[in-house]
Order: sequence, then C-alpha cells, then structure tokens
Amino acid sequence: MTFVWAFVIGGLMCALAQWVLDNSTLTPAHVLVLFIVLGALASGFGVYQKLVQFSGAGATVPLPGFGYTLVEGIDQAVKQKGVLGLFSGGFTAAASGIKAALIFGLAAALIFRPKA
Amino acid sequence: MGIDVRNKVNPDRIRRFQDYANRIRPQKTVGINLAWAFLVGGAISLFGQGVMWAFEHEGFSSQAAATPTSIVLVGMGALLTGLGWYDRIVKRGGMGGSLPITGFANAIVAPAMEYRSEGLVLGIGAKLFTVAGPVLVYGMAMAFLVGVARYLLGTS
Repeated sequence: MTFVWAFVIGGLMCALAQWVLDNSTLTPAHVLVLFIVLGALASGFGVYQKLVQFSGAGATVPLPGFGYTLVEGIDQAVKQKGVLGLFSGGFTAAASGIKAALIFGLAAALIFRPKA
Repeated sequence: MGIDVRNKVNPDRIRRFQDYANRIRPQKTVGINLAWAFLVGGAISLFGQGVMWAFEHEGFSSQAAATPTSIVLVGMGALLTGLGWYDRIVKRGGMGGSLPITGFANAIVAPAMEYRSEGLVLGIGAKLFTVAGPVLVYGMAMAFLVGVARYLLGTS
C-alpha cells in the first residue's frame, strides 16, 4: 500500500510545484528553495512526519523531504547535546545525501561532456 | 514650477502595451504540465520506494533505509544527467523531474558540466552549487529556526 501512496503523494507534490511554477514568475530554482523551506516548516508543525509514515519515499524523495531530514536531524541532536545540537544537527543528518551529490556530481561533471 | 512631461504616462499606451504583451506571451498548457509533473514525479517516488523496500529487505530499519536510498537516487540522477537523458525527463516532467532528489543531483551536475571550460575551480567547483547552494542555505536556515522554536517551546 505504501507503494501506491508513494506514487500519489510524490506525484501530487511535484504537480503542486509545477502549478506554482506555471502560475508565478518564479524560476525553478526559486520553487525548489520555496519547497525545501515549506518542507522544513511542515516538519516543524509535525505534519510532514505523518506524510512520511504512510507514503514513505513519496514524502522523502521530493525536496521537501530534505527539509524534513534537516529538521529531524536537528531535533535528535538537540535531544542528545542540548543547544549545541541546533548547530551540529542538520548537516549531520543530511551528510550522506549532500556528500553523495557532491562526489557523484563532481565525477559526472569531470567524465561527461555537455551535449549540443 | 514646470511639470516634467516625460514622467507623464499615457494610460492608453500602457493598456495597448499590456494587450500586446498578453497576445504574444506563449500560452501555457497548464493542465498537461500538471499531469506530466504528477506522472513523472510519482514514478520517481515509486522507484525510490522500490529501492527503499530493497534496503529494508537487506536489514535496514524503515527509517535507516532512507539514507542509502537517497545515495542511490542521487547517483542515478548524476549519471543520467551526464548521459544527457535527465534533461529530457525535466523537459517533459517539469517539476516532476526537478523536485525529486534525482533532480537535485541534476541541478548540481548540469551547471558544473556546462561551465567546465571555466576551469576546475571556478568552473566545475563553483557551479556545482549554483542551485544546490541556495537550496541548502534557505533549507538549513528554516530548519534552524524550527529547531530554535522547538527548543524554546520544549517540544523537541
């Protein structure tokens, strides 16, 4: 059942982003920033956690899920280390995603040539 | 006390310009764009769920499985961008291609490839974070604010 919800929720989030893009003067980069901020905000209100629970990758694969990862990471770090966790938490949780993007991105940019 | 005539705007001219601009502005096929964004974004999320399911089968807890899943998806996004295939996904799927984490990888690789000729440091090195930079800055800033609020409210 999670598979169905993953498709529906992931698809709906992208359709919403597309709607914002088509009905505003924002560029795709602006929409991406908007959506990660919204994801972090929704996680702050405890809404996004519920979305993750029933739609799995449908909520974690789209960019708002990245905001969710940051918020949850800070939350856990604060529980362990107190105030210091506010500073150490976010990047720790997102480390593998960011590092993977950096390493694979660098590799791809070095190996491949742009077409056209 | 002369009035500067140059600053006087002619409402009729403005209206005519707006009519003209509206006429030549490309018509957006909003409904079709939405459907494609839904399908492409849904398909990528579904694929992600499949990868996650595979990692759960390998003994990861459902929370822990999200991390290797994003690594796999980021790697695939980078590879497909390098091959020039991801551009087609974005062209058709719009935000359906850009919003998933594979699109995040695309946003990192594409400008880096394009500005390769400007060198390893100021070309590839700097352009890797053209889009990822602002996303991380504002995502992290918002997450920090949420963290502070939760800490002060004692709900964390």
